[in-house]
Amino acid sequence: MTPRLASTAVVLLLLAVPLAGTILNEPWLITLATRVAILGLAGVGLNLVLGYGGMVSLGHAAYFGIGGYVAGILAHHALEGHPLMAWPVALGGTDSMIVIWLVAIVCGALLALLIGSLSLRTTGVYFIMITLAFAQMIYYFTISWPAYGGEDGLPIYVRNSLFGLDTMDPMTFFMIVFVVLVIVIFLVSRVVQSNFGLALNAVRQNEARVRSVGIGGFRIRLVAFVMSGAITALAGALFVDLNRFVSPSMLSWHTSGEIMIFVILGGVARLWGPIAGAALYVFLEQVLGSMTEHWQFWVGLLLIVVVLHARGGIMGFTSGRHSHGG
Amino acid sequence: MPATLIAEQVLNGLQFGVMLFLMSAGLTLVFGVMGLINLAHGSLYMIGAFACAAVVSATGSFWLGLAASLAAAAAAGALVEVTLMRRLYQRGHLDQVLVTFALILVFSEGIRWVFGAFPLYLDIPPLLAGTVPLPGGLDYPLYRLVIIAAGLTVAAGLFQLVSRTRLGMRIRAGESDREMIAAIGVNIRALYTAVFALGAALAGFAGAVIGSITSVEVGMGEPVLILAFVVIVIGGIGSIKGALVGAILVGVTDTMGRLLLPALFATFLEPADAAATGASLASMLIYLLMALVLFLRPGGLFGKAA
Amino acid sequence: MAAESGNAPVVLDVVGLTRSFGAVRANDAVSLDLVTGEIHALIGPNGAGKSTFISQVAGDLAPDSGSIRFQGRDIGQMSAAQRARLGMARTFQISSLIPEFTVLENAMLAHLGRLGESMRFFAPVARDRKLRQLARTCLERVGLDSRHRERVSEISHGERRLLEIAIALALEPAVFLLDEPMAGLDQEGSRMLIGLLDSLRQTAPVLLVEHDMDAVFALADRISVLVDGRLIATGQPDAIRSDDTVRAAYLGVEHP
Repeated sequence: MTPRLASTAVVLLLLAVPLAGTILNEPWLITLATRVAILGLAGVGLNLVLGYGGMVSLGHAAYFGIGGYVAGILAHHALEGHPLMAWPVALGGTDSMIVIWLVAIVCGALLALLIGSLSLRTTGVYFIMITLAFAQMIYYFTISWPAYGGEDGLPIYVRNSLFGLDTMDPMTFFMIVFVVLVIVIFLVSRVVQSNFGLALNAVRQNEARVRSVGIGGFRIRLVAFVMSGAITALAGALFVDLNRFVSPSMLSWHTSGEIMIFVILGGVARLWGPIAGAALYVFLEQVLGSMTEHWQFWVGLLLIVVVLHARGGIMGFTSGRHSHGG
Repeated sequence: MPATLIAEQVLNGLQFGVMLFLMSAGLTLVFGVMGLINLAHGSLYMIGAFACAAVVSATGSFWLGLAASLAAAAAAGALVEVTLMRRLYQRGHLDQVLVTFALILVFSEGIRWVFGAFPLYLDIPPLLAGTVPLPGGLDYPLYRLVIIAAGLTVAAGLFQLVSRTRLGMRIRAGESDREMIAAIGVNIRALYTAVFALGAALAGFAGAVIGSITSVEVGMGEPVLILAFVVIVIGGIGSIKGALVGAILVGVTDTMGRLLLPALFATFLEPADAAATGASLASMLIYLLMALVLFLRPGGLFGKAA
Repeated sequence: MAAESGNAPVVLDVVGLTRSFGAVRANDAVSLDLVTGEIHALIGPNGAGKSTFISQVAGDLAPDSGSIRFQGRDIGQMSAAQRARLGMARTFQISSLIPEFTVLENAMLAHLGRLGESMRFFAPVARDRKLRQLARTCLERVGLDSRHRERVSEISHGERRLLEIAIALALEPAVFLLDEPMAGLDQEGSRMLIGLLDSLRQTAPVLLVEHDMDAVFALADRISVLVDGRLIATGQPDAIRSDDTVRAAYLGVEHP
């Protein structure tokens, strides 16, 4: 199978499951596919830095979570009618998905800029530990900050609105998520093939060479990191709309690890890889979870086998081409 | 604020720091000598705690439990090193992160399978129960004082080991030159297993000792692991001295921040707001400390890299 | 052919460059200049500090002390990338290319750097006609154009050495810093490369670190000799060949 064919298969599968859910009148299938699309989108964000840029960020839960809290807090204020802040400018909440997405993207990008400009000064093991630690800092902050539910999280009761659509209808919401996913993947596909993409791919492989032709590696990595944070934050906002609930668990380091697993299971540096990875993960969760409550034990063993013996992931395996391991 | 309260919290911070050191020492040795990032180090901490709890409930002896925690964690560490870690030394950090993350899933679910989901409680041995009057009118728990002493003893022992003994020489040589040490005929595989098992034993010991103060439950290792990472980033990778200084810095900063920040904010905010703001900021304080160190010295306080 | 360092304008002027690693002084107050139109060879035994010197000039390694002036500007505080944009083109002792890229992509990356166009996010780089054309021109100059579609991991060692030079050319350099461009080449490859290097000095002056003494004496207008981190002699090839200190310290040993 060529990479293009493998991608098509992933898209078709992602569309087929909710369709089957509609026909069989099993709406939970639609919700499951929506979850896959959103988690996959978070992985698309991480893939940009991990797969293309070779930066092992173990803190992407931070961006997923901040996107989630943007959605939760704005919707909460819209619902309660309290202004978000009264000074220096009066700002209220909103239930408009478009506005929420934009704010989530901006907040994710800003947070990534802040964390990236510190952590990208280091490499290797340091970078991994630092991204993890900063994500943990925000996790603890949300737990200890009581205004938005603290440890218990914040429910938002109704989905936010978009063009007057019935967003509570599972299929409608799935289609919204799907369209967002396709747009983001299209944009990412342009970015990775652009001038910038060439430089980013080069930085991963040989930073000294990139410097020697006059391109500052730090700047390239930081821009990729910021884009990545923005995408993962957008996914976080969608995730909260799906569940109508945001809690600190979105920010826990298990979430960071899971997002990374989506990317690896799917195959690094492949556009639709994270979707395939998220699909496999959710599938395992459902199937193994119905057989044993200790399904994570088996997922752990499987992951070890995949990393040690099948480094190309699903997309690498099906398209018969080995990708770099990073 | 009474001076005894401050003194008590400083001691608590010191005790916390000493325990963090036991976690960080193993991690930093494994980083420094083998170049491996081991996320499952927290699982070894958990294994130590559960081994202790199981043996205590079977025999009633805390001391046997403590010995079991060392043995179980060291055995688990050696097993993992021989079966998995060995294949990872030559791989990239990404593979190391993934495999050791997967190991956390395996260990956590495995323990839950065997022991169930409910936390276990360990009693402090009667010999160490009660408090000791300290100068200045402070009654401080004996057990915590013993932890501080035990931790500092282990630290001193580690310094001796690394700087004075043949094993330590080999560890330091492995750090600087893998090929050289192989050339002079040291069995590098056995050395790596020994270093890994030693780090695991320290983590298991910490788990058992702390498990007696808090509770023994699945997932107890991860928050400590992440704090140990912060310690290592602050102290510098591969440096035992850095781990000790970093650990005490983190322990004391965290404990004192939680005490002092809410009080500080109370001087100019409403009590409820002050408590919330102070607590939130205190929970972030050590990470801000880490950011500051990174900004000033990206290689850590005692790191080799500039 | 030989340029007189007295008349030609000085392009690169390094004074008192010093760098230690622990107790070892890899470079001890090394001063060296490069004038328009010349090839200035830097020779010396292994471990003399030649690569350390190049790395400091290129900005990959910070000196402990000393100054580097390039086209009249003090560039001591600039990053390696900034220096490259000013026209400082270095090659590496061990081929340092982007292994998963094609030959063409490697050359395009260099043009991207020179033109400062790495922050373009939307248009596919592969369809950028101008960039492709520029890259192929450089590949042509080193005789690699017919191989432009090959991945770097699949071309020969000699071709990689040539690609390094093509990349340096792409930077429209004001100076070449070549770190052992002949390393590992067979006789045929060396002969070809000597011809290419010879023509480079018309583009920009060359600082040439090289072990192949035949190549050095065939190409160099001036030669500096580095031993144990110190410069023991600088002069024209004939003078260096007959210099007693140099013979004792270096040439005498390797070329009895």
